[in-house]
Amino acid sequence: MMPEDHAASSRPGRPSRLATGVAIEIVGLNKWYGDFHVLRDINLKVMSGERIVICGPSGSGKSTMIRCINRLEEHQSGRIVVDGVELTDDVRKIDEIRRDVGMVFQHFNLFPHLTVMENCTLAPIWVRKMPKREAEDIALHYLKRVKIPEQAHKYPGQLSGGQQQRVAIARALCMNPKIMLFDEPTSALDPEMVKEVLDTMVELAEDGMTMLVVTHEMGFARQVADRIVFMDEGQIIETNVPEEFFAHPRHERTRLFLGQILR
Amino acid sequence: MRRSAAEHETTEIAFVRRTPLAPQPPPKTMTGALGWLRANLLSTPLNVALTVGVALLLAFAVPELVRFLIVDAVWTGEGRDACLESVQHREIGACWPFIWERLPYFIYGSYPIPERWRVDLFFAMLAVAIAWLMWLDAPRRDLGVFYAFVVLPICAYVLLHGVAAFGLPVVDTVLWGGVLVTLVVASVGIACSLPLGIMLALGRRSRMPAVRLLSTVFIEFVRGVPLITVLFMASVMLPLFVPQYLEPDKLLRALIGIALFASAYMAEVVRAGLQAIPRGQYEGAMAIGLRYWAMMRLVILPQALRITIPNIVNTYIGLFKDTTLVFIVGIFDFLRTIEVARIDPKWATPVTSTTGYAVAAIFYLVFCYGMSRYSRAVEARLAAGESR
Repeated sequence: MMPEDHAASSRPGRPSRLATGVAIEIVGLNKWYGDFHVLRDINLKVMSGERIVICGPSGSGKSTMIRCINRLEEHQSGRIVVDGVELTDDVRKIDEIRRDVGMVFQHFNLFPHLTVMENCTLAPIWVRKMPKREAEDIALHYLKRVKIPEQAHKYPGQLSGGQQQRVAIARALCMNPKIMLFDEPTSALDPEMVKEVLDTMVELAEDGMTMLVVTHEMGFARQVADRIVFMDEGQIIETNVPEEFFAHPRHERTRLFLGQILR
Repeated sequence: MRRSAAEHETTEIAFVRRTPLAPQPPPKTMTGALGWLRANLLSTPLNVALTVGVALLLAFAVPELVRFLIVDAVWTGEGRDACLESVQHREIGACWPFIWERLPYFIYGSYPIPERWRVDLFFAMLAVAIAWLMWLDAPRRDLGVFYAFVVLPICAYVLLHGVAAFGLPVVDTVLWGGVLVTLVVASVGIACSLPLGIMLALGRRSRMPAVRLLSTVFIEFVRGVPLITVLFMASVMLPLFVPQYLEPDKLLRALIGIALFASAYMAEVVRAGLQAIPRGQYEGAMAIGLRYWAMMRLVILPQALRITIPNIVNTYIGLFKDTTLVFIVGIFDFLRTIEVARIDPKWATPVTSTTGYAVAAIFYLVFCYGMSRYSRAVEARLAAGESR
């Protein structure tokens, strides 16, 4: 079935976040790696404040899709509009979008030669042209929020994986983004560190951040997502609210996938 | 008793530790001088053999060196007779009076004697620049960079070449020589090759085909040609293409030749470093909104240059020694001044050449080993800072 372009449905027990605006609109997106058709006719509309979890087997194009949103990957056809700005080859538009879209990676991608504080203040100082003092205040605010202000003067290599990922979240938040993309944020973590990162993400979601999360953490999806997008072979196979998605998967491949990951 | 026995019963499946084990000191053979000897000199039979071999070599070479350079050396004298075995009737080592007398020539070349204070001032300014840049905790290192790359070159030109309007008579570069030339050529090469090399390396990895092609062609062309050829081309062929009045100074031509030559090698060194930086670092930098130049300057290059410090210094050391090749285009660098002096009939003795070359060896060794040690110290310090 075609993915529906539906707005965040107000779910029981949640503050209703009726459509305040379209955060991301993807229309007819196609991408190829050489001859390989990685993304096939992707259509997805994300409203401001909506939390989307994207899941699917590895190689299904989930990461590639969200990496297209901040142009870490180029697309060959279709439209991506982020916060009213259409993504084209225009460098200024790419810059504009990257300023407003934060990203958290599977392998953190912190800068090992800079302290935690410097990691967090780098972009505010050099991209937003913020005075250093102000950038440090903001960084400290977000480091407190991810509960590691005491690590500010350490280097990333001195922190545990979970702490590093929380720094990465803080670093992205320091740019005060409107949208956060998470690319398998817990997949490279030791099991005992997954929870601290997920807790941070849950808090972020509760504050109303627009989030697109590629993850295999189905517990998180159930708890936080407004919608779950299931992808396979570069296509969106099924999207639905979590309750329906888990209780009544409609597509054969969704059922197969859920059968494999939910034992 | 029974409980303790049960605790160590290996066949029992369930085990609960009741007495925590305190950490014990390592065995004596691992620590102290003995431990060091075992670990570093005598760990395997091959290592033992190598240790013995090196010890024998040192036992042979060191006394000989000490004998020649110090014990049997001649320290004072007024000419070749002081260093002649047939006159002195004793074993003769190094002929130091020869060095003392020709030392000003080794340092300044034929630079006019009344103007040599200008060279001394330049040496002092160069020393300040080097100290400022090399001392990592120095105050205002940004100012140090400005001083070294803007103030110093201008002052060096005014001082060494001279500007008549400032009351400093022009000294033609033909008269320059010795340590002066070696240091000028080496510092220009060192100061230019890294920035140029970085630009070429970035160019070679650029997404713009024209930039990439130009950089690649330049690097491959320069690397494919011996330095001597570059110098010959700069001094012999350039005048054929450039009108007489535009023709740059001979030393300047050699400087440009060496700087370009070194930068091609540096480009490949830097490129290796750039390639070692994981893709995630680029993506992390782009995702937070850094543009190309900011990303390179703040994220990629600091890491890439750090891992290539050993190779950068390797290139620098090679460059420092390659400066001796400028003699083939008629420039009197330090080694060339020794070459000239050693055949001076006033000091012609069997030990004169050996003494001169020994001094040259010590000079180059001090500079090159100094660079090497400094780079090790910087590496250790950067590694400690990040403790990865």
